[in-house]
Amino acid sequence: MSKLIIAFIAGGFFGSGLFVSGMTDTTKVQGWLDVFGAWDPTLAFVMGGAMIPMAIAWLIRNRRTTSLTGEALPPPPSTEIDGKLILGSVMFGMGWGLVGLCPGPSIASLSYGGPSLYVFLAAMLGGMLIAPFARARLDRAVPAE
Amino acid sequence: MPIDWIWGLIGGLLIGTGGAIYLLGNGRIMGASGIIGGLVDGSGRSTAAERAIFLIGVALLPVLLAPFYREVDPHITDNYTVLIAAGLLVGIGTRIANGCTSGHGVCGMSRLSIRGIVATFIYIFAGGVGVVIFRHILGVI
Repeated sequence: MSKLIIAFIAGGFFGSGLFVSGMTDTTKVQGWLDVFGAWDPTLAFVMGGAMIPMAIAWLIRNRRTTSLTGEALPPPPSTEIDGKLILGSVMFGMGWGLVGLCPGPSIASLSYGGPSLYVFLAAMLGGMLIAPFARARLDRAVPAE
Repeated sequence: MPIDWIWGLIGGLLIGTGGAIYLLGNGRIMGASGIIGGLVDGSGRSTAAERAIFLIGVALLPVLLAPFYREVDPHITDNYTVLIAAGLLVGIGTRIANGCTSGHGVCGMSRLSIRGIVATFIYIFAGGVGVVIFRHILGVI
């Protein structure tokens, strides 16, 4: 039960942060990506602001063995830069630039995004459903050493 | 300093606080694509309730905050072809790359993860190229 309450509080902070920062407004996101148009640096402030508490949390993580609810803490990150990371990030970036939505804001704007958001969201969820097959295909094309 | 930047910073601090709570409270990395994707493809079945309630929190807080704002229009295009193409790219791309703006960007870069840093540079660069091609050259967005 405590894990569900913590998840709700964490989600609430995430959603309110996306909302007040303006990151659910696609013109601000596309404005950040549009270096040849009216460039908008807001996203850099959001990213920079988000990394401050998160970096502190990672420092605290190093001094603990389990989370407050007794779960194992995430292991150190993998350092492998593989084709999936690169191809996936290129695809994600293109889609992000096209509409100005990434997964977090697409959920945060659920109550006011309207039909356009639902179409995007349906396609995104469909993409996530077929992603495991795409991933398996990529693994076959480039066998792990 | 424009007021939008200050709100960006405040929002960022809230986002990071959410990530810190999720990490230290539940031992999880707050990556939106991973949390959603695990529900969609069934890989996160054992933690489905936790994922679902996190997403309810994400969607619900803006509802509570919206009355205090004059304008909440997300300005999403109504070109359905573009929306479907973008949604598929975001859905498949984030799951193949194993992260998006929150997972690789906020959580990865703040622990100096090389994968997080590389992914973030690539998707920002690809997004910038996408905007140049589709807005300034083709004029579809």
